[in-house]
Amino acid sequence: MVGHGVSQDELRELQRRLTILKIAVLLIVGLLALRLWHLQIRDGSYYRDLSENNRTRSVILAPARGLIYDRNGVLLANNVPSFTLYVTLEDVKDRHVLVQRLVRLIGLDESALRKKLSERGPKLVPRKLKEGLSLREAALIESHRLDLPGVMIQAESKRNYPAGVTAAHLMGYVGQISAEELEKEEAEDLYQDSVVGQYGVEKTYDRILRGKPGQKVIEADALGHEVRTVSVQRSRPGEDLYLTIDVRLQRLAEELLGEEAGAIVMLDVTAGDVLALASRPTFDPNLLSRELTAKQWAAIVQDESRPLTNRATQGQYPPGSTFKIVMAAAALETKTIDPSAKIRCVGGFAFGNRVYRDWKKGGHGPMDVTQALVDSCDVFFYTVGQRMGIDTIAAYASQFGLGRETGIDLYSERVGIVPSLAWKQKAKGQAWLPGETISASIGQGYVTVTPIQMAHLIATVANDGVSFRPHLVRAVMERETGRLQELPAVPNGRLSVAADTLGLIRDALAGVVTRGTATRARSALVSIAGKTGTAQTAALRSGDGKDLPKKLRDHAWFVSYAPTDEPRVAVAVLVEHMGHGGSAAAPLAKQMIEGYVNLTKPVTHLARTPEPVRPDGIEVAMRERR
Amino acid sequence: MIDRVLDSRRLDSFDWQFLGVIGAILVIGVLSIYSVTYAQAGTGLPLYAKQMVWILIGCAVFLAMLMVDYHEIARWSYVLYAVMLLLLAVVLVAGKTSRGAQRWIPLGPFAFQPSEFAKLVLILVLATYYANAPREGWLQRVVLPGLIMMPGLLLILKQPDLGSGLSFLSIYTGMLLVVGMRSKALGVLLLGALMLFPFAWEMVWGALHDYQRERIMTFVDPAYDTGGKGYHGLQSRIAIGSGELLGKGLYGGTQSQLKFLPEGHTDFVFAVFAEEWGFLGGLVFLGLFVALIMLSLEIALKAKDALGALLASGVIAMIGFCFVVNIGMTAGLLPIVGIPLPLMSYGGSAVVTTMAALGLLLNIKRRRLTLFY
Repeated sequence: MVGHGVSQDELRELQRRLTILKIAVLLIVGLLALRLWHLQIRDGSYYRDLSENNRTRSVILAPARGLIYDRNGVLLANNVPSFTLYVTLEDVKDRHVLVQRLVRLIGLDESALRKKLSERGPKLVPRKLKEGLSLREAALIESHRLDLPGVMIQAESKRNYPAGVTAAHLMGYVGQISAEELEKEEAEDLYQDSVVGQYGVEKTYDRILRGKPGQKVIEADALGHEVRTVSVQRSRPGEDLYLTIDVRLQRLAEELLGEEAGAIVMLDVTAGDVLALASRPTFDPNLLSRELTAKQWAAIVQDESRPLTNRATQGQYPPGSTFKIVMAAAALETKTIDPSAKIRCVGGFAFGNRVYRDWKKGGHGPMDVTQALVDSCDVFFYTVGQRMGIDTIAAYASQFGLGRETGIDLYSERVGIVPSLAWKQKAKGQAWLPGETISASIGQGYVTVTPIQMAHLIATVANDGVSFRPHLVRAVMERETGRLQELPAVPNGRLSVAADTLGLIRDALAGVVTRGTATRARSALVSIAGKTGTAQTAALRSGDGKDLPKKLRDHAWFVSYAPTDEPRVAVAVLVEHMGHGGSAAAPLAKQMIEGYVNLTKPVTHLARTPEPVRPDGIEVAMRERR
Repeated sequence: MIDRVLDSRRLDSFDWQFLGVIGAILVIGVLSIYSVTYAQAGTGLPLYAKQMVWILIGCAVFLAMLMVDYHEIARWSYVLYAVMLLLLAVVLVAGKTSRGAQRWIPLGPFAFQPSEFAKLVLILVLATYYANAPREGWLQRVVLPGLIMMPGLLLILKQPDLGSGLSFLSIYTGMLLVVGMRSKALGVLLLGALMLFPFAWEMVWGALHDYQRERIMTFVDPAYDTGGKGYHGLQSRIAIGSGELLGKGLYGGTQSQLKFLPEGHTDFVFAVFAEEWGFLGGLVFLGLFVALIMLSLEIALKAKDALGALLASGVIAMIGFCFVVNIGMTAGLLPIVGIPLPLMSYGGSAVVTTMAALGLLLNIKRRRLTLFY
């Protein structure tokens, strides 16, 4: 039986080798165990993460943006359901086929589609292909889902402005976040397709309005098919805003401007609430909050009437005679003149080899400061201005808030120019010419202001020199608690101008309306005080001839407040190229003030709207379908 | 004496251990296959049930191999080898092609893979060859058995079946080592291998499919990964690694359940197991295999004759090689070649062959006891 091929010695040798083999086996298995330890224990969490990413796709649940109401609870911005097409590139096997199918199904623009697909970005994160799909298009896609791996329809809410163009400049609009914005630190909760405020209150209060996105994690298999929902973290909607504006006054202001370019700002003088802030021409925020084609966008940006410029805060105009308020205060405070001192106006002011003319040919005769304001006498202010010098004028102008931001809660507020010796040296690299002081004295030359600055200025004068920062938001309503948090008025400083001086100026401003240049602002309803201004646009003092082409005509100003004895509201009106402030702007201010008196029982309380209608994505869409 | 012989044929505690280890590995295998495939829609018998049928057949073959004296079996080895070559030739002519390789002979709902069966036959032939005459000199020890192996190896590589081919070489090498190769002979062998390498490389490399070459290249140089050829390896490592200490639980293996891991029921069945049972499960599994090999080595060590020892060595080489290479490749230590994990991977031919080999092992052990009576 014993095999005769191998001897017993050899068998023993063979057995010795087998012993070595045992050790070898243990070593090899030990190595394998070490490898398992390496993979499962040492790097286990790493592979765990990989496996999670392997199988899960997260879908961002966009938060519902906070609603915006006017001061009385009228809805100005809400969200309406909209269908958006997403694609997860990771799950797309053949982009060409996908494009073909989408083009055939719902007729999307092929080249735009290809461009979107080829944009750089994470393949696992669904990217937006097209928004604003119709219900029919969304249904078509849904019914062809199996042929469209990686494609997803999401019901989302879309920003909507029920009031349309009303208050467009202050409301602003929303849009997809840009790549640069996304890089910024404050973009922590934002993602590629985040919709953020791009302009106006939407932008200023974006952090309050935007809420916090949620996340739905779905489990997908190797082919990208959704297997189940792993977790849902609901989004937190943004807070609601109650603006200070009264949409009725806002609408009135816009109607008053009509087709003219210009701005009307109405402030509550005792708190700085902006009751109306109109700028014309305007735009439709609904249009801008949608996806625009490059062509549409270019048309808006290149529009010569600059509809995107908020003329109330960004339009910089010479203040014209409205600047005489500053001049009068400066002259009285510096004792350049005393209240009863008279200066004789002969229709012109000779300085150097030039004569600076008064707007009234033949002159006003002897004028004290009150009368000079009432009649808007130029020669009087040429004289006092020349006596004070530009730097004194500049100091008072900036005390009245010119040359700096009012602090209104809108981005890109412009500050205008308060010229001084230093300013000219810095800005023009030239020395100040004495004649330039004369021009500046009547708000011409280098001086420029914005309508909001003038509204702020006149409100400060009306309110005994105490100013408030103009603001657009009165209260924030927290979604979670329903609590209405009112924002306090923020003082913006106090003029260091004697009460007597302010009193004198106020009396004069009342006189402007009762017997001066702004009798057209006289109202049967309420006593109004104000100051007209006519801002020259052409360097040549060519008057206001009606035969002049419109773009060369003067801008009309009127700054005012009411009632005269106990001021509540201030209004600044600027109408571009409409000539005299007294004729073109003062009537608008009067109508604004009358509107205020008629429409608002003095400063209404916030209407606490019970739970406003809040369209919430899918649910709304479902309801609509039923 | 007859009583004692009969007695000895009863299973003693050693046998129980041996059978227990085999049974445990088989159960783990079926469980893992079930876990990966239970959710798959399919017609006919589910894979795990098919596997159980194969195990039953394997048990029958196991018993048959146990009953017949291995010397009797060895006597038929050259005939079996001829049959095997014939079958391998049939495969090449009439076999079923799957994934670019022609390896199967269809048998009703099942398919028979002769290359699996060939491994066992090679063990029988080589053991018989070495046991029948004193094999002195490298020509007799090394070259002749190599020449015996060659036709089978070439036919297998022709399919192509790199995994089985490598198994062939490992069986040959393993038995060679056990027979006792002198250092001079080893040197000559290595030299010969080196000289033959370009030729062999050309032959082996040329016989490979593109995907196999890419897998190997991917392993050698991960940067070679074009078009995601490293996918299998990566997914397998993710599956194992993400199991961490305790695993994701039965049916909890997301990698395999969600089909990220391909071939989870065949070559990558260990990754499925390790994902669901974690490091501890993996250790238990390694322990089972160590036990199996140690018990097998014990049998080889105590074989009553050279034939028994050689047969046992061949079986150990076959199972051990498949085990190490399979785990090594799923764990990213070795390139991915199609080698099933013995007793675990789905596949009838492999299960039946392995069971037969294990039956043979137990046979050797039990004949050893009869020697003393």
